[in-house]
Amino acid sequence: MRLLIHNMLSSNIKGVINGFPLRIEVDKVEEKQVDFDAAFLRKMFHKIEWKALLDAALTLGYAELPEEAPDSSVLESDEFLQKFHHALLELDLEEGALVCPETGRKFPVTKGIPNMLLHEDEV
Amino acid sequence: MKLKQLESLLGDLQQFTDPKVELEQYPTGPHIASRMLYTAENSFGDVSDKVVADFGCGCGTLATAAALLGAERVIGIDIDPQSLEIALLNAEELELDIDFVQCDVKMLGWRGRFIDTIVMNPPFGTRKKGADMDFLRLALKVASQAVYSLHKTSTRDHVKKAALRDFDASSAEVLCELRYDVPQLYKFHKKKEVDIAVDLWRFVPKSNQGQRS
Repeated sequence: MRLLIHNMLSSNIKGVINGFPLRIEVDKVEEKQVDFDAAFLRKMFHKIEWKALLDAALTLGYAELPEEAPDSSVLESDEFLQKFHHALLELDLEEGALVCPETGRKFPVTKGIPNMLLHEDEV
Repeated sequence: MKLKQLESLLGDLQQFTDPKVELEQYPTGPHIASRMLYTAENSFGDVSDKVVADFGCGCGTLATAAALLGAERVIGIDIDPQSLEIALLNAEELELDIDFVQCDVKMLGWRGRFIDTIVMNPPFGTRKKGADMDFLRLALKVASQAVYSLHKTSTRDHVKKAALRDFDASSAEVLCELRYDVPQLYKFHKKKEVDIAVDLWRFVPKSNQGQRS
């Protein structure tokens, strides 16, 4: 699971008010090679919640992102875009879990696929 | 990529080995899938450089087609782990980079408007009434640009009314009528193969009028 996907998903368990961002438990991280596309990154930058991406990247062992949410002037910096690209698309949680921030319920991630299925009593 | 080439690549994909009737698992044939995505790309520009999601992706035929036509990112969502495993293999076979999430499409929590276009071949709701409408309601909430979907032609009026009145679509248009081959997959199928008339729809979600990117 890429951190782009992590930035889109939230826990949808019945009764949970703020299921975002899901915490991450890491068993295995892989790094993938993805073609760099600056235009796509610029578009995504405005949709991403920075803190969620920053914390997720740190959990996966990548500490190169700026801590404070940068303003859009960084989008002209190739160095920044490379780091953003790596965090968003190349880090991949292969095995582990996503954890609901309110209930602690774990959603397993297996072979890179998060299992967000809810049990009957959570719907 | 030419339509013929797309259709032929999709024809080589692995499909359900053990289809589950309760999920109405029917493969999206290469003929329909290729035309669906080809139209989305060539008539509307809804695929290349877009974030495309396949809701109820099964073995990933539509997701694969989107990736082949140059979607920037493709996300496949399905409830069934066996289908996702096949979908993953299909993507790997063609060296396509597709993200998969296992979930009931209706129950997934989404944040933000990341997804531009949704393509889907929802369960037609013959086993579980209204299943296709559940998919459509969700898709129109999540997509920011367009939703392409297949529905039985016999439900055309109902689909249109529901999309415009209940799900807040700003437009709902039948692009063409196709024949959907239903192979004899399940025991309750008496005939060897039947084909049913289905409509290929394009819906535009209302909240995004005037801000297409």
